[in-house]
Amino acid sequence: MTAANVNPAEIRTPEQEADYTEQLLRLADTPVRRCIQCGRCTGACPMAKHMDLVPNRLVWELKNGRASVVLAARSPWDCLSCFACETRCPRGISPAACMEAARLMAIRPAGAPVLTAEEVAALDPEMPQQGIVAAYRKFSK
Amino acid sequence: MTIYNYYPGCTLSTKAKKLDRTARRCAEKLGFPLVELPEWQCCGAVYPQAPDAVGERLAAVRALAAARDNGGVLVALCSACYHVLKRVNDDMANVSSIRDTVNGYLDLERPYAGETKVSHYLEVLRDTVGWKRLASLVTHPLTGQRVGGYYGCLLLRPGRVMALDDPEAPVILEEFLRALGAEAVLYDERNECCGSYLSVTQPTYCREMTDRILRSAADAGAEWLVTACPLCAYNLVHQRGREQQVGVVYFTELLAQALGLTEGGDAQ
Repeated sequence: MTAANVNPAEIRTPEQEADYTEQLLRLADTPVRRCIQCGRCTGACPMAKHMDLVPNRLVWELKNGRASVVLAARSPWDCLSCFACETRCPRGISPAACMEAARLMAIRPAGAPVLTAEEVAALDPEMPQQGIVAAYRKFSK
Repeated sequence: MTIYNYYPGCTLSTKAKKLDRTARRCAEKLGFPLVELPEWQCCGAVYPQAPDAVGERLAAVRALAAARDNGGVLVALCSACYHVLKRVNDDMANVSSIRDTVNGYLDLERPYAGETKVSHYLEVLRDTVGWKRLASLVTHPLTGQRVGGYYGCLLLRPGRVMALDDPEAPVILEEFLRALGAEAVLYDERNECCGSYLSVTQPTYCREMTDRILRSAADAGAEWLVTACPLCAYNLVHQRGREQQVGVVYFTELLAQALGLTEGGDAQ
């Protein structure tokens, strides 16, 4: 699974970087500029060891206007929205909301679901509706 | 008398009927009968974090407004429903841009501004019934049973909004278990995530997390874990290594057992 609907390679000019960063920041709605890079978010994240861009790095790239780096990362698709990062941030930032913003940038424009109906049909029949609905919300428009 | 409006959510009507059934039966016995909202829609299972995600908030607001119009509180059992309802309610109370857009869209008879109190079933047990009274009503104490409370993430975090308990050192499930006469087992991973919806897309990672939780509980001596979340229950039972022995039940199953309204058995 990748953020197939936004091609970070198409972000070439500083103006495009600024524009995409602005869009991400608007969706994330969290004060990334307050980040002091203490790393508590990454320390708390149960998925950090599998991520290519750990939570504090993702916030750092956003803070510094590098939307192309954020949108090229796989991490938003690994994020659990468990809010451990947000709870432990001493500066009131929500890295989880930044992850959500990156997911939304990928799934909103194209209408091509990252999780397809065929994939859902193939799931364990015991999978609770809650899991299916949650995954749809996170991975499909 | 307070009306306990009840929001079951999608999974309690289907895969987690045990959680629903036992909760309703116990609520009757404990004097706070649950009144299911006449109409409700799935809350969406995850809180929509983006401020412009208005459509994703509507189902929750409809339920919240219906509870307000009916009077009383809105009770949820599923951790995800509770999380979504409480956070959307907080948005409606405190974020004017979201409140105005949602009200403009829904065109309710009376605009909604976060008036409803959202409570988890455990909160009703703690704050209305009280642990002492609950203990006095137990007819079949769980004496000698070593049970761990599994909080997961959605019940507690973010602590500022959820405000159910201390998000780092919660006690509500342990106090509940003690009131039933069980031995509450503390273990390191009790408020770590079970892998949530990654069991749909990346079950290997999910298994890694559930194994860590179950190992931690077993090492601390727990025989059972209790949860309030159907997805946690599924992950802890179905996405686990074969060597794991700890059982998983909904907290209301143990409640029913202790009150002599037994069903018993594994959550899955």
